[in-house]
Amino acid sequence: MGDAFLAVLQVGDATLRVATPLIFCAMAGLLSERSGVIDISLEGKLLASAFAAGCIAAITGSAWLALMAGIAVSVSLAAIHAFACVTHRGNQVVSAVAINFMVSGLTVVLGNAWFRQGGQTPSLDATARFMPITLPLADTIRPVPVLGPIYAELISGHNLLVYVALAAVPLTWWVVNRTRFGLRLRAVGENPHAVDTAGISVTLLRYRAILIGGALVGIGGTYLAIAQNAAFGREMSAGQGYIALAAMIFGKWRPWQAMGACLMFGFLDAVTIRLQGYDIPGIGEIPVQFIQALPYVLTVVLLAGFIGTAMAPKAIGVPYVKER
Amino acid sequence: MTEGETVTGGGVAGAAPSPPPAIEFRDISKAFGQVQANRAVSLGVPKGEIHGIVGENGAGKSTLMSILYGVYEADSGEVLVNGKPVRIRSSRDAIDCGIGMVHQHFMLVDNFTVLENVVLGAEEGALIESSIEKARAELARLEEEYDLRVDQDAVAGDLPVGQQQRVEILKALFRGAEVLVLDEPTGVLTPQEAKQLFRILDALKEHGTTIILITHKLREIMAVTNSVSVMRGGEIVAVRRTQDTSEEELAELMVGRKVRTGERGEAREAGDVALKVGGLTVRDAQDVARVDNVSFEVKAGEIVCIAGVSGNGQSELLQALAGIMPLNNGEFEAMGRSFSPDHPANPKLMRELGIAHVPEDRIRMGLITDFVASESAILGYQRDPSFLNHMLYRMDYLFGHCRKLMENFDVRPRDPSLRSANFSGGNQQKLILARELERRPDILLVGQPTRGVDIGAIEFIHRQLREYRDAGCAILLVSVELDEVMSLADRILVMFEGRIVGEVDGRTADERTLGLMMANAHEGATDRVTEEARL
Repeated sequence: MGDAFLAVLQVGDATLRVATPLIFCAMAGLLSERSGVIDISLEGKLLASAFAAGCIAAITGSAWLALMAGIAVSVSLAAIHAFACVTHRGNQVVSAVAINFMVSGLTVVLGNAWFRQGGQTPSLDATARFMPITLPLADTIRPVPVLGPIYAELISGHNLLVYVALAAVPLTWWVVNRTRFGLRLRAVGENPHAVDTAGISVTLLRYRAILIGGALVGIGGTYLAIAQNAAFGREMSAGQGYIALAAMIFGKWRPWQAMGACLMFGFLDAVTIRLQGYDIPGIGEIPVQFIQALPYVLTVVLLAGFIGTAMAPKAIGVPYVKER
Repeated sequence: MTEGETVTGGGVAGAAPSPPPAIEFRDISKAFGQVQANRAVSLGVPKGEIHGIVGENGAGKSTLMSILYGVYEADSGEVLVNGKPVRIRSSRDAIDCGIGMVHQHFMLVDNFTVLENVVLGAEEGALIESSIEKARAELARLEEEYDLRVDQDAVAGDLPVGQQQRVEILKALFRGAEVLVLDEPTGVLTPQEAKQLFRILDALKEHGTTIILITHKLREIMAVTNSVSVMRGGEIVAVRRTQDTSEEELAELMVGRKVRTGERGEAREAGDVALKVGGLTVRDAQDVARVDNVSFEVKAGEIVCIAGVSGNGQSELLQALAGIMPLNNGEFEAMGRSFSPDHPANPKLMRELGIAHVPEDRIRMGLITDFVASESAILGYQRDPSFLNHMLYRMDYLFGHCRKLMENFDVRPRDPSLRSANFSGGNQQKLILARELERRPDILLVGQPTRGVDIGAIEFIHRQLREYRDAGCAILLVSVELDEVMSLADRILVMFEGRIVGEVDGRTADERTLGLMMANAHEGATDRVTEEARL
């Protein structure tokens, strides 16, 4: 039992690590979409902030400066998205896709020009990264049966940003459901006319939602480059922005459910890593490619089949124009 | 309670130095591009009165109110509130000036509770809980004072429209509105709901609230207002004390010429049964019976109207008969053919048989707004060989055809190459009617023929329908406008929750009975429904 239990804990541990950037992106997407603006540019913002964090960490050697840079870059891109979609009522999908393409190309070009490592940023020392934190008493409690290993292996031993991601979920829930900003946010995604005629600026509200989302994605990107990994690698976001968007929709635009979906995708990822080269009785070894494709296949299946009657915010995707 | 005196006094002017008007417009002008929506409008609305504004579509009523509520800024002129000039540049400014607005399309967040809707935008502090609790107490007081009862914790989207409207009024009062503007408030209400609304407005007036009522229903103006102004072509053409005017005068002022409404043709015998419906049931995608076991007949040379509050299955019934929605049960016979779930109808076949359909929603189903008029004028008949030269359309012929329709049905402007979207609602509707009636159909299915249509065009459309009826056409008309139903119908069927709950002779119908039937609260039908509900 001991080995199997430990294996389960390790999968859980890996799940958390993989799910962290997804959670940041899902919360960001949630804020943006609850305000009525589709945010497919999560992917681009994630990649751009990872690149910024990787660069700044490599140059300054400071993880905190890198975090600031990651957030700043992501917020700037969010501002562009907001400017195009809210101020100029552009098409939200087109604006986001443009951002994604731009980032995908720029990170490689700039990375090559600055570091000449094929688009990668230089590897980082431990001091320039967010390193795992051992929570208090982890080693003392470890011998306690069941609870001890859970605390020491699963809960303790992550880097700071993982805990920030976990904290972001209840915080998002609280903001959305308990604050004035949240009330207005929910309203503006459903019926911006109601918000406008109540004397509240639709534009300002949507800007705020998108920019706060940008900051969250910035933390996620920083995590990718300097916490989960020790350098930025080209296309390192690898579709996680899209997966997070799917998770958020799967979670029906609600924080806890969205986190659940992120953890599920993280779990699938963690399991597939362990399944590689593993003989399943009666089936034999499963090809790596198949295992790697599994999360994406499941995304499609789940979204198509199980999401049911997800009620998207009614005004989503529609630029606000005052009625004549 | 000085307001009380001016209210009842109506004409008692000059007894005391009168207070400044609650709202005063001075020389307000506003243009949208080439269109002058308001032209030097000057108008004072006395405090504590109900003031009506009437006018045809596009007369500038809505623009004037939008300026008052900060949606637009006037190009020139000024607005005074209680005698003080104010600059209203946003809804926020208007609210701060004590102006509240109940829009024609309610501004509610459907998935919010009543309380959340009321609090939105009027929260105190960054957290909502305390605001919600305060609002709860304040709403309870307002409900008591004005008899504005609503379940505070109900989800707004689940409430009937009459209740939603009360939420809108509560929203305005909660924000401290002293002037309440209502834009076409009774368009979606049953007569009973409308009566309740007017009682509420009276209570508000008693407490000193000034009310501006925008409507095209002259009867309402006569019933509830103290004074009324008439707008035409962006200008105020007349201001009257309500007691000194009449519906006829107001209608004339609105249109700018004599209008004859409500005329009925001679009593006449109807012909053979043209459309026979038996046990018809139509279910929607959620398997809810929208039309529930409906049976009736329409004879040649008669107009049968289906009355009812919108959303009670009339649309589905009409679409099923037009071959658009599939039947789930029952059958109907028309033009010697029988249609049932096993023998479905389709729109093409129906048109070939001589069954024309003027859909309720002219923008979505009646025409294609991006098409030019000559194209919209052949929709549904686009396969007609006379339009075609082998595979290509004969464009010159189509233009001539469209121009002929336009002349026969007085569609303005008479320009077949103008995009359909650029015609006014009434002219779009006349074009559609022309298209469908030109072929002299034996059966005509019409939905909401005059929704959003000017009073002049209404008169014209009604006259056309009567003419075709007299020529032997069997007409089934669905309308939520009781005035329309009562002035056109030979027989009236009332629909409620998919069923026909009553039939009334068109000549003896009265509004009260119909209204009760529409709410299924009349004697007889109530028992049946509640019994079924109990089962």
